[in-house]
Amino acid sequence: MIVDLDRFLAVERPLWQELETLLSVYDRDRLFRPTTAQSLRLFELYQRSVADLARLEEGGHVDIANELSSVVTRAYAQIHSSRRRPRFKPMEWLLIVLPSTFRRQIGAFQMALGVTLFGCALGAAFLAWDPAAKEGILPFSNLLGDPKDRVHEEEHKTKDPNGEVHAGFAAMLMTHNTRVALTALALGLTWGVGTMIILFSNGITLGAVCFDYVRAGETKFLLGWLMPHGVIEIPAILIASQAGLVLASALIGWNSRVRRRDRLRAVSSDVFTLAAGAALMLVWAGIVESYISQYHKPVLPYEAKIAFGAVELILLIYFFFFVGRRRAEPQTAKEPSAK
Amino acid sequence: MTPNAAQLRIRLPEGVTLRLPLAGPLIRLVAFSLDTFVIMVMTGILTRVVEAIKAFSGSWAYAIYAIGYFVIGTGYGILCEHFWKGQTVGKWLLGLRVLDRTGLELQFTQVALRNVLRFVDTLPAWGLVGGIFILCTEHRQRLGDLAAGTVVIRERRAELRDVSALNRAKYNSFLKHQVLCARLRKLAAPEAGAVAVEALRRRDSLNDADRIRLFDALAAYFLSLVEFPPEDIEPLGSEQIVRNVVEILYLRGGREKAAARPPQMSHRGFAAS
Repeated sequence: MIVDLDRFLAVERPLWQELETLLSVYDRDRLFRPTTAQSLRLFELYQRSVADLARLEEGGHVDIANELSSVVTRAYAQIHSSRRRPRFKPMEWLLIVLPSTFRRQIGAFQMALGVTLFGCALGAAFLAWDPAAKEGILPFSNLLGDPKDRVHEEEHKTKDPNGEVHAGFAAMLMTHNTRVALTALALGLTWGVGTMIILFSNGITLGAVCFDYVRAGETKFLLGWLMPHGVIEIPAILIASQAGLVLASALIGWNSRVRRRDRLRAVSSDVFTLAAGAALMLVWAGIVESYISQYHKPVLPYEAKIAFGAVELILLIYFFFFVGRRRAEPQTAKEPSAK
Repeated sequence: MTPNAAQLRIRLPEGVTLRLPLAGPLIRLVAFSLDTFVIMVMTGILTRVVEAIKAFSGSWAYAIYAIGYFVIGTGYGILCEHFWKGQTVGKWLLGLRVLDRTGLELQFTQVALRNVLRFVDTLPAWGLVGGIFILCTEHRQRLGDLAAGTVVIRERRAELRDVSALNRAKYNSFLKHQVLCARLRKLAAPEAGAVAVEALRRRDSLNDADRIRLFDALAAYFLSLVEFPPEDIEPLGSEQIVRNVVEILYLRGGREKAAARPPQMSHRGFAAS
């Protein structure tokens, strides 16, 4: 018990204030490297404040203990956070962290791809079985007509389809697609159900559109229209969904003895990396869709667009499956040791 | 801090347990609404800027608007919480802070994840899903918090109340019971203490009936926390009980020391810690 609280406060409060001042130096500069003397002083002040906190709580001085608690919490985080704060290296993140994270969580990607392909097959089957189902399946009015009419219209346009609005259109595509990707990711928190529904519904639309154009004999137009941006955009949505499914898998934790919060903590970095990678891909896809995909023969020959898309696809596959293999990759980040 | 309030308990290696009060769904909703207002103001400014750019290029103006709107909407929470140690404007105004669940340093991935996943918590409207999770989980976490391993605490910067203007009673019989005084300090809600101080300050401006009712209620509350011996309570009116309690809670110093000192010991014979 503190018998003379006034004297106690007179002696100790300046030390708490010194601790707070020292902590604010760390707060201001995230890369602050203290001298040995500063580190020792921080630790000394922290330990003294903890001891004071114990005495205040024991004596029932809750209001002062509350005041001190917030300083001690900050000091505790500063001293006991063993996680290093390395400077972010964008190239290392892009060329090593992102592809290796993708490979580490490849199971979730395969599941996302499987669900999308299943949706594609079902969308094509619906349209093959009942052509009138098009109106119910396809969400965009410009896809409801006869593909041959659309191809004829696109190839005989006299005006630039995007005119002076390329930048605005590209920005709209980027932000819209990124929102869809983040939604697919966030819905991983519905134990993966929401993510699966988005993938399945996208798959149905994609399958139906492809089947419609192939059946009309417009395969070359379809490839030339979709490939330049689609080979990046669709994998980006799949990767965002992969992140959502990784999250869902950590939430569900089949046959795992690790606590849920530890499972989630273990995958949080991977989820963020995949989401950021998907967002980056969608920026590129938006630019390509605005500046290349909307132009057709005779402005841009289909062969050139298909070749461009094929090169992108090969580079993408190479990037995700082979880049960054120089460093040893951990087998899994999913299972921290059970506590 | 009320004893039954939800708390984050962090056991320090030094053997002390930090108890941090967790924020409930309502105060978090208010903070979120304030942040939404800030975002609206920022997008309003963006619209003005875009209007100016429109004169030069409509397409670029739209591009800047689309990207700016997205960055403000998605990035506001992430950037504020990352660079401002877990606070946004709304949280700062209401004294809230995002914290790592273990008390360690908040990481950028945690901040980004909890903000990106906010979408699910706001379903179907007004953060219903998030609110239900906050109510149902031990550490009052919405889904985004669960995934990111974060909690939202209420930062209480306790104020030492200025009670110097209050008159001390000549004799405070409660101070004889040091253990009971300590327990009272521990159990009494700071809000109740503040009300008691204000009641004593404004007693002369209250009418008799209200004053009696107020002091009766306060005295009943404080006596429900700690049982002082009946012989020390019975001779006192409610107002005097409240006055004694306020002295225990706020008027620290010589009186308590004197009460604790055995009467036969001399002043010089006792060293205060």
